[in-house]
Order: sequence, then structure tokens, then C-alpha cells
Amino acid sequence: MSEFEPKVVAFVCNWCTYAGADLTGTSRIKYATNVRIVRFPCTGRIDYMLLMKSFAEGVDGIIVSGCHPNDCHYTSGNFQARRRWIVFRNLCDFMGIDIRRIQFSWVSAAEGAKWADVVNTTVTTIRELGPYTDYKKVANYFEKEVSHG
Amino acid sequence: MDELKKRAKELLETGAVKVVIGYEQGTGNKTRAAFIQKPEEVSRLIFDSRCVLNLAVYLNKPEVKQIGKPAIVAPIPVLRAIIQLASENQFTDDNLLILGITPESKFVEFNKLADVETYLDQHLIEIEARDKEILEKLDKMSVEERWNFWVEELSPCFKCYACRAACPMCYCHRCTVEMNQPQWISVPSHQLGNIEWHFMRAMHLAGRCVDCNACANACPIAIPLNLLTKKTLEEIKVSFGGYKPTLTGGHIMSTFKPNDKENFIR
Repeated sequence: MSEFEPKVVAFVCNWCTYAGADLTGTSRIKYATNVRIVRFPCTGRIDYMLLMKSFAEGVDGIIVSGCHPNDCHYTSGNFQARRRWIVFRNLCDFMGIDIRRIQFSWVSAAEGAKWADVVNTTVTTIRELGPYTDYKKVANYFEKEVSHG
Repeated sequence: MDELKKRAKELLETGAVKVVIGYEQGTGNKTRAAFIQKPEEVSRLIFDSRCVLNLAVYLNKPEVKQIGKPAIVAPIPVLRAIIQLASENQFTDDNLLILGITPESKFVEFNKLADVETYLDQHLIEIEARDKEILEKLDKMSVEERWNFWVEELSPCFKCYACRAACPMCYCHRCTVEMNQPQWISVPSHQLGNIEWHFMRAMHLAGRCVDCNACANACPIAIPLNLLTKKTLEEIKVSFGGYKPTLTGGHIMSTFKPNDKENFIR
């Protein structure tokens, strides 16, 4: 069996973290290639069901990132999101969903290096935790893989 | 109880209300909702410890609304639900009369929603000691054990949505569970969809759930799904200083404080 490569999805806001990730690239900072970035207008738009869906589709880890408090392009989107995350994370933990696999962060458009660091540490953590078999089993992920050839 | 019946009769005779929503004897040892429209039928009304249904759920139904102004028999959980619904602009003073029942089974009539709100200050939501114990027991488990616990508990669920139907707060005309572009909740009665459904339900009720337990009482296979909403209630108490339904709105999940505390965001 080949070495485990974590699949990580990053839900990021357009105004800060997406621009920050852009800066990481233009600054020629190297970081793990395991991350797939999905751009959103605002962290307030990142529905928790999207996170549930990505686990069901077979990701091993999730990064959710946006503007620092008080820096939201829409003034309060990240404050609203933070409240939701507090409850979401607690409920995840209560239902036995592994919250070590979900990394929340604030990365501004000027923090290219921080973005690389967030991705790298998350990928390392997930690599240590291994594939998220618990969720994949429930999601019939392995059967799907076979049936799709 | 006689007082309540007398008042209900009066209200129907004078035409002050068109229907009295209360409890009546159902089949077996169960009670069910009664919709009394004639004064001579008020004798059907009962109230005892078996009346666990949250009657506030009917206030929003089009079938009930078209009858005309209702009076509703309301023990504490129903009163809480009424205030929460009113704060979500579901009704006002003019289209509702409240026949309250105190925890000591005394009758109190409320003419104004504001009076109900003041009254509820003496009856804040408290999670029962028995449920607290279960929550603590679950908290002590490892993540894997909790996961297995919920997969096991939720696996018999066949998504009949009795929990949704019984919940006064679940009044959306289109529920996320019926959305299929994209398909948010996996349809087959399989563990994945069950986990997604119960998770989604608990999240949508966070900061709105009045802890009436109607969902768990409605569940035909007795899944302890109210533990999920109780957990969110507990978390809201820890993180945001607790929840009580208020007419002024300012719901927990639709407001924020710039200095909300967390310890997990990098």
C-alpha cells in the first residue's frame, strides 16, 4: 500500500484568505499540495453542511479560514461565522466527529506565510491521524470507490 | 382545570376566540391535541402529566389559522415556544389568547405576550438532572466511543420526520432535508443521512430550542435526539451566557458580540 496522502479541502473567504493564498504563491513560498481551495464570498457564507458534505465525499481534513475579526469586507460576516463555529464545533465533538480534523483560522491578505504554515501544520496533523475511515465507512465511501472503478 | 374549562366555554360563547386548542384523551393511555370550536364540547379538555405534546406547533398551521383567532392551553414549554415564535414574527397579541397553566397546574390567563415574557423570568430553562448526567457521561467518552454511540443510536432512524412535525420551531415551508439541488441530506434511511439529518436539525434549533422534549416524545423508536439540542443549550450557556426566549429578538445565532470568546481559531 502506498503512503497515505491526506485530502484536505479549504473553505476560504474571497477577501482575505484567498488573497492571502495568492500572496503565498506570488511570494514563491512552497506548501503542501494536499489542499483544495474553495473560494467563498465570506466566512459567513460557509454553511456547516458543506463541511459535513466534504467529509461524506471523502476528505480527511478541512480548513476554514477568513478575515480577522473587525476586518470583514461585509463588516460582520466573520463575527456571525465565529458564533456558528463555536456551536458547530461543540456539536461535532458531541456527535463524535473528530474536530482535530477541522482547522479554523484567520488569515489576512498580507499573511502569505501564515497561510503556508496553516496548510502545512494541518496536513501534518491529518497525516498523523491517518485517513478518516470512521466517517468514510458510514458514508459508504469505499463501496462507491469500487463501483466507480 | 374547571376554571380553564369555564373560561374556554365563555370565550367560545362570546365569540372572543373561534377555537380553543387544548389536550384531550386519545387512544390508549395517550393524550392528543383537541380543537374545540363549540362551547358544549369544552368538557373534552383535560390536563395532566401525560400532556407532553407542544401545542404551539399548531399555531402556524394554515388549517388552524383559517378557523380564526385561537386560544391555546399553554403549560410552561408551550409558553416558551410562543414567545420564541412571536420573536420570530410568527404572530402578535391580536391573533392569540393564552390560557396558561403553571407548574402547580393552576390556571393563569395572559392577555399580552409581554406578560408571558415577564412570567417566564421565574421559569428559566434548566436541563433536568437526569439528562445532565447522560450528557456528562457522553462527555467523558472518547471521540470514537461517542461516534459509535451515535451511529448505533441513530441507525434505526427511518427519517419519518415526526421530530420535525412535533417541533414548534420547525415551521419552514421548505426544509433543508427536502432540498435536492444540491442534496444536502442523503435520502436513504442509512447512517450517513441519519447523522446529517439529526446534526442539521440540532444546528437549526441552536439558540431557538425551548427544551420541551416534544421531538423525543414524538419519536416512534425513542431515539434520544433531544440530547443534541440539550447539548447546544449547554454550550450556549457556557459561551454566550445562556438563552431565554425574549420578544425583543436578538437571537443567539443571528447576533454576535465582537468579543465572543473561543480558543480554537488560529
